[in-house]
Amino acid sequence: MTPLPDPEAQIAPRKRSRRRSLTPWLFLAPGMAMFAVYVLIPIVQSVWVSFHDWDGLGQMRWIGTANYSELWWDDAFYTSLRNNVIWLALYMLAVPLGLMIALFLNQTVRGIRIYKSLFFFPFVISQVVVGLIFSWFYAPGFGLLYALIEWVTGSGVALLADERYVTYGIIAAGLWPQIAYCMILYLTGLNAVAPDQIEAARLDGAKGWRMLWHVVLPQLRPATFIAVVVTVIGALRSFDLVSIMTAGGPFGSSRVLSYYMYEQALSEYGYRMGYGAAIAVVLFGIMMIFISGFIWKMWRDEKGQ
Amino acid sequence: MFPRPIQSMSPAAQRLYRVALPVMLVLWLLPLLGVAMTSIRPSSDLAQGNYFGMPSRLAFENYVTVFRNSPLAQYLWNSFRITIPVVIGAVALSCLTGFALAVYKFRLSLVVFFMFVAGNFVPFQILMVPVRDLTVNLGLYNTITGLALFHIAFQTGFCTLFMRNFIKALPRELIEAARVEGVTEWQIFWHIVLPLVRPAIAALSVLVFTFVWNDYFWAMVLTQGAATQPVTAGLNSLNGQWIAAWHLVSAGSILAALPPVLMFFLMQRHFIAGLTLGAVK
Repeated sequence: MTPLPDPEAQIAPRKRSRRRSLTPWLFLAPGMAMFAVYVLIPIVQSVWVSFHDWDGLGQMRWIGTANYSELWWDDAFYTSLRNNVIWLALYMLAVPLGLMIALFLNQTVRGIRIYKSLFFFPFVISQVVVGLIFSWFYAPGFGLLYALIEWVTGSGVALLADERYVTYGIIAAGLWPQIAYCMILYLTGLNAVAPDQIEAARLDGAKGWRMLWHVVLPQLRPATFIAVVVTVIGALRSFDLVSIMTAGGPFGSSRVLSYYMYEQALSEYGYRMGYGAAIAVVLFGIMMIFISGFIWKMWRDEKGQ
Repeated sequence: MFPRPIQSMSPAAQRLYRVALPVMLVLWLLPLLGVAMTSIRPSSDLAQGNYFGMPSRLAFENYVTVFRNSPLAQYLWNSFRITIPVVIGAVALSCLTGFALAVYKFRLSLVVFFMFVAGNFVPFQILMVPVRDLTVNLGLYNTITGLALFHIAFQTGFCTLFMRNFIKALPRELIEAARVEGVTEWQIFWHIVLPLVRPAIAALSVLVFTFVWNDYFWAMVLTQGAATQPVTAGLNSLNGQWIAAWHLVSAGSILAALPPVLMFFLMQRHFIAGLTLGAVK
């Protein structure tokens, strides 16, 4: 957008510009103050706490990097970290699966709007409820999936009680709403795909996969970007499902960093705020790699406008 | 349009599509349907092993039992008491911040904007210890106010992102013309911009309502007990008490899911506009 000449600025330039330069900050003040107190400053404080031994009540004791060297030798930390990597990798499936469902639903038949809304349903409900629903789905004896597996293979699998499968079981529960989210992003994106380009490509004989790959997907790039952003963030933020479905069990095998941090800082295992903060800093560091990538891209788009 | 409209395909393909739609939907919602069925199944069915067949009768008394024998009503009420002030607070603050970042050109504008955006993506755990400490020190631990204040601050990040982009897309001439007339900046905000961002306010309201209603982590960190906890944390403790009473757990889950679901169906278009962050049209 080209900046328009400001007629008033010519009338009283100095007074005008001084007032104008203060005004945005007045509008920003309340929101920025709240955001600084509850979000920005706590990030710095957490880093500070991570160099201390603290039970949350008494005196903080400076112990340097002792929390971090303890993490280095902590098996539970590596289990959580490994599970985070599995979460991240499998969660990304939500993007192509969401696209598939969106392509399936992108038709104009009677009642399709209701179908679209109902497919989106899982995203609207709380992860706590999703966790309970899937706990029931997997439950040995009376769970629907358990019964299905038993019927097909002859013996049921107690997914959430088995160290080998538990993380995958929870991720499947998490994928359910995440696929719905990606689906809605792609449905909205597909609406905006230029019909003339599709028609032109069709005249050139493009169809199916080649059409999708060379003509449609490039136009869906904004949708894909947001789908990837929210999926990465969602995967690394996973906490609710782990807490509801297994509380990190069995034997801590389904912990992720976010849950392990909570466990160390605020549960019956004791109030180890410093150690918890160190885990949080590691998780934050991992997420910052992604966040700075996203911000960098958004920044570039913004400058390019 | 992609894929090719089904109307241009053979009648057989069209019929197949008509059948596939409901079948896929049922498969997709299978876990949810199962829980909905369980919630109206009498406990005698579960005792006799009738888990998947038709319920022997519709046992709506499960819902009555849930209300009578547990503080679920109180939990639901708490959720409303937390969520509604947060919606108002976060949307109000972000109207101001969004206006400032979209209308004025100043050096740090983009830096401030991306601070809000980045803060919105951080893991909750990096905030947990200091925010809990701050809330305790303010004497707000285990209060609705303490939880709501945090949510207002955090949601302001997301709301600012959305609001700023929305206001930026408004025709700039409107604001410039008002300035020529000598209208004050506050009046421009109040009388010109605010009426135009009504769709954005609607979108943010439904989204923030859903996000905050569904929050579980902060409820666990900043509150305890039925007097203050919202329904998500409440369900977690009820789940602990009702081991294997799946008809009650299911009924409670359905009730907890209902308000955001209603919200979604009432304001669907706004909801989706918000979720795409305004970046996908």
